[in-house]
Amino acid sequence: MTDRTPTPGDERPPKPRPAPVPNPDSAPYWAAAHDGRLVVQQCTSCGARQLYARDRCLVCRGPVAWVPASGNGTVYSFTVIRQMYTRPFRDWVPYVVALVDLEEGPRVMTNIVGCPPDAVHIGMAVRARFEAVSEEAGIALFAPTD
Amino acid sequence: MSPPRGRRPVIAGVATSDYPHLPDLSEHAVHGQAADRALADAGLTFAEVDGFATTGFFPMYATGVAEYLGLHPIYFDETNSGGSSFEVLVEHAAYAVECGAAEVVLVTYGSVQLSQMGRRLGTGGGGGGFAPGPAIYDALWGNTLVGNYAMAARRHMHEFGTTPQQLAAVAVTMRKHAATNPQAQEREPITVEDVVTSRLVADPLHKLDCCVISDGGGACIVTTEERAADLPRDPVYVLGAAHATTHHLNLSAMPSLTVSPAAQCGPVAFARAGITPADVDVAQLYDSFTITVVLTVEDLGFCAKGEGGAFVEDGGLEVGGRLPTNTDGGGLSACHPGMRGMFLIVEAVRQLRGEGGPTQVPGARIAVAHGTGGMLSTGATLVLGREAP
Repeated sequence: MTDRTPTPGDERPPKPRPAPVPNPDSAPYWAAAHDGRLVVQQCTSCGARQLYARDRCLVCRGPVAWVPASGNGTVYSFTVIRQMYTRPFRDWVPYVVALVDLEEGPRVMTNIVGCPPDAVHIGMAVRARFEAVSEEAGIALFAPTD
Repeated sequence: MSPPRGRRPVIAGVATSDYPHLPDLSEHAVHGQAADRALADAGLTFAEVDGFATTGFFPMYATGVAEYLGLHPIYFDETNSGGSSFEVLVEHAAYAVECGAAEVVLVTYGSVQLSQMGRRLGTGGGGGGFAPGPAIYDALWGNTLVGNYAMAARRHMHEFGTTPQQLAAVAVTMRKHAATNPQAQEREPITVEDVVTSRLVADPLHKLDCCVISDGGGACIVTTEERAADLPRDPVYVLGAAHATTHHLNLSAMPSLTVSPAAQCGPVAFARAGITPADVDVAQLYDSFTITVVLTVEDLGFCAKGEGGAFVEDGGLEVGGRLPTNTDGGGLSACHPGMRGMFLIVEAVRQLRGEGGPTQVPGARIAVAHGTGGMLSTGATLVLGREAP
């Protein structure tokens, strides 16, 4: 995924990965990933954990705080994208988009990297690896846990 | 629904525009063509329309189409739930005429997506990193619209053993129905083998698991039983309706990839109509992708969860099969201009009037139109009947 090989015949410079623009809900999440850490929200009232970032707990509407996550998860489902028109992704086909269930409970969308697309399967153990995509934001990609 | 006698909501006219390729019509002219035809079908004129509903991709879209058509309605609605929008708009219109907020509601749809955008929409769009608000979370990974449905299909295969061949059976049946529809975009017969050997777009979905991309539109007229009594066509009753949502653009927020919002709104709509799935003679189910239909037949209760693959196999969705579905050829073969929900309603009404042509379900009395929008994000069920409730 990070091999930015341009489409043959495309003379333009490689386009970087899209970067999220942090807002008051999400800034701590993107900043943590920028620093190589995965965090989830935990309700200070009922203890439920969640992603993505909200201003409240989705179970009891109580207040939430950011807590560290292990970075370990399992693949809930995935697809291999073979047709994509938008740069930079079209330069990377085929690539894997997946939903990963974190050890702590929340589910995130991500790319599975570090293995051929054909090796990915539901239930596969994966671990977060981080990529900074702007000066203030990073994203968590996942690779097989060996 | 038990409105006062006389104010029971009915559909008094329906029409499709020309389709599937309209290079010489503007988007708004497609609305106009469909509106003209639906009003003519109902024996009504623009002057008698006092309510208007449509939706599109810009805010105040209905207002703009009303302006284009020269309408000054006292009731309007532009609820947008993606592909299920028109089931929702007709449900709302039914409530509006029931309570007297309007007498004659014109609901239109128009799109020139094929002429404007070509195939970029759906198969290879999205994922470029631009998304409104919280939608950014799932927008960073190069996922496509197809990719979302592909992940649902993969999960369904994992949990229930559903096969690519079973999914393909949906596409094969839709093509068989489309072969009898002279307007259909794709009419050449296909086999299960053709589908599973067509190019993979997003595993496990192949090109022929995906809907066509078209221009087109449609319209319907919602009014009261009393008003329809003076009109030429036999009214089709809106017996019950409901809609639901589980998430928006973040598939990660969908509680289970194998349970669509139809599981929530389907039983409610059936209960409001006083029917069970066994009472349904013909179904028009949103078929953006083959998996969409498999999930919908399960979630509406036509079979148990996990048995959708077997249900659609062996001609299960053909006329004469377990549940005759998408008798016009559906979005997979006939026409899919982006938000296909209006076509489901038009075809359901035609079936109940006995105008289904070669794919007419003999004696059809109860039809279901179920729209699915977004990334399996919304569902809306309409139960329509030939006879008064």
